[in-house]
Amino acid sequence: MKATVLEKLKVLAESAKYDVSCASSGVTRRNRPGDVGSTAGWGICHSFTADGRCVSLLKIMLTNVCIYDCAYCINRRSNDIPRAAFTPDELAELTIEFFRRNYIEGLFLSSGVVRNPDFTMERMVRVARDLRTVHRFNGYIHLKSIPGASPELVAEAGRYADRMSVNIEIPTERNLLLLAPDKNYESIYRPMSYIQQGVLQSAEERTRFRHAPRFAPAGQSTQMIVGATDESDRDILLLSSSLYARPTMKRVYYSGFIPVNPYDKRLPALDKAPLVRENRLYQADWLMRFYGFRADEIADERTPRLDLEIDPKLAWALRHPEFFPVDVNRADYESLLRVPGIGVKSARLIVTSRRYRTLTQQSLRQIGVVMKKAQYFVLCRELAMGQGVNELRPELVRRLLTAPQRRKSDKNEGQLTLF
Amino acid sequence: MLVFRYDKSFDGLLSALFDAYSLRLFPDALIGPGEPEPLFTERVHDVATDDAHAARVWRGLERRLIPRARSMFVYAWHGEQAQSDQLMLRCLRRVFDEGGDVVADQADPDMKALHRLALQVSHERERMKQFVRLQKAADGTYFAAVTPEHNALPLALDYFTDRFADQRWLIYDRKRDYGYYYDGASARRITLEDDRGMIADKLADEWLAEDERQFQLLWKNYFRALAIPQRTNERLQRRLMPRRYWKHLTEME
Repeated sequence: MKATVLEKLKVLAESAKYDVSCASSGVTRRNRPGDVGSTAGWGICHSFTADGRCVSLLKIMLTNVCIYDCAYCINRRSNDIPRAAFTPDELAELTIEFFRRNYIEGLFLSSGVVRNPDFTMERMVRVARDLRTVHRFNGYIHLKSIPGASPELVAEAGRYADRMSVNIEIPTERNLLLLAPDKNYESIYRPMSYIQQGVLQSAEERTRFRHAPRFAPAGQSTQMIVGATDESDRDILLLSSSLYARPTMKRVYYSGFIPVNPYDKRLPALDKAPLVRENRLYQADWLMRFYGFRADEIADERTPRLDLEIDPKLAWALRHPEFFPVDVNRADYESLLRVPGIGVKSARLIVTSRRYRTLTQQSLRQIGVVMKKAQYFVLCRELAMGQGVNELRPELVRRLLTAPQRRKSDKNEGQLTLF
Repeated sequence: MLVFRYDKSFDGLLSALFDAYSLRLFPDALIGPGEPEPLFTERVHDVATDDAHAARVWRGLERRLIPRARSMFVYAWHGEQAQSDQLMLRCLRRVFDEGGDVVADQADPDMKALHRLALQVSHERERMKQFVRLQKAADGTYFAAVTPEHNALPLALDYFTDRFADQRWLIYDRKRDYGYYYDGASARRITLEDDRGMIADKLADEWLAEDERQFQLLWKNYFRALAIPQRTNERLQRRLMPRRYWKHLTEME
């Protein structure tokens, strides 16, 4: 392996790192004799970078040369950064050698657009094809589809990739046209529906022929940048819930805007990435996917922005005190999930454990319920009425839960003077 | 106080449960061979490990427990927590007395403790899958040293044999002084009599394959390039990748 590979690797990883997704989940495929590797259903994080993000795949660009000039992107044409490109062989060798040392689960390949979308897409597909057919690589491959790529190339990519993605980038088309004049929603939604068709078609064929080829078995994902434009959280959540309504959409990622091109006047000047807002959006995303909340419940018309101080579930509970208290010994699973402090795991445990005994505060604690929050919203045998959210008023509960924790080193905590 | 003495094997534990039912006496404590009897011991019963007895108890468990619940007991067995065998025995007794559904009773302190122990072991297994770093030795064998909290290596074995099926490798538990060597077809348990200075937290330099250093360098540089300085959060990093694994990690050198 040539010495230039090290330089290329640094440049191209540097360019690829702003992509959030690094999931290797969704496919379980055991090793077949003669092949290299396997995939694990839930995905495995092999390392964590200094920013606490998971490293699961070799997340890399084929090239960071790009003909587009998107305002939010580090690889835009008008930026003066080092440019590089891998050959398919170099990339295949890196992937396999990293994989053999248990560094990674597989490859996440994206690319800047060279010449035109199809030319670029074809080169990406070649890397995936080489890995699968020449090197017999059986690990995970995530391919980023280029906006505007033709259906034939997307169809071929889906045969080799486990997951595919097309990034929406900006939550409204108006702002996308402003920041990325070379892209539009059609060029993004088109490949998305090609992938969807491919997955659904292959699923149907496989019900009839057991060995029909699989198409992107881990579905597709997408990503949008938060905080670069003026969309409210409600707009973002309504968009992601409409995306989740598509049959193959597995994940929508939110990426807190990092000003990589501070000179561009179309972008807001931020000194820090909106990390709290990003976190609240992910919490809201979880509420939609696992807790049965609707987007317009989490951020309704009167509160289009998520509360940065408290999590969206607690915020919903404080806006709807009439829903509480919930009796943990009687309420159904769906209502339990709405209680702040009770997660999916504890809700399940409550439902199974209460067959054996009446649950008390003590047993709730043992199950793992966060009583600090839940105490205002639940009713269980020994908990007397009179301290729930309805009696204390939501404003007071909010103040109790957001009050800063007093440190032990506070002066008045020590021994009081005796005389 | 009634004490059972058994050979500290899984079959031994199952035989102890068999004896408890046949004697209609449930032990208050379990001890291993050569261990001193606890204070106030009135009677010691020596459990003879019997394959037939153990198999019969296991068949009983197969009838009562779904596979996931059975594997919970296997995981808990690999946990290294003081007196976890007594905990298991108490839980097994409840399963036989009240039926397999009792494992769902999370408000019971014993069941909860068993779940927690099994969960800890399964986390350790997961972390092994995550943080094992294989290094290529000069003869083409891939090597990794591990020092897990619980005895989780046997539980992660199926992952390694499946994933690295066309490589020869050795993963060695330095804490418990044994490892598994896979020769390209099957894995077998080995203990190195004398490692000739080969095995520390990582493989010593002179044993490395020629291109190993180069790939380690590539990986380290890739890892460093991937962090976004504006988002630095080292506490989160340490929570997800605790310090005690760092000595085996190439990228944290």
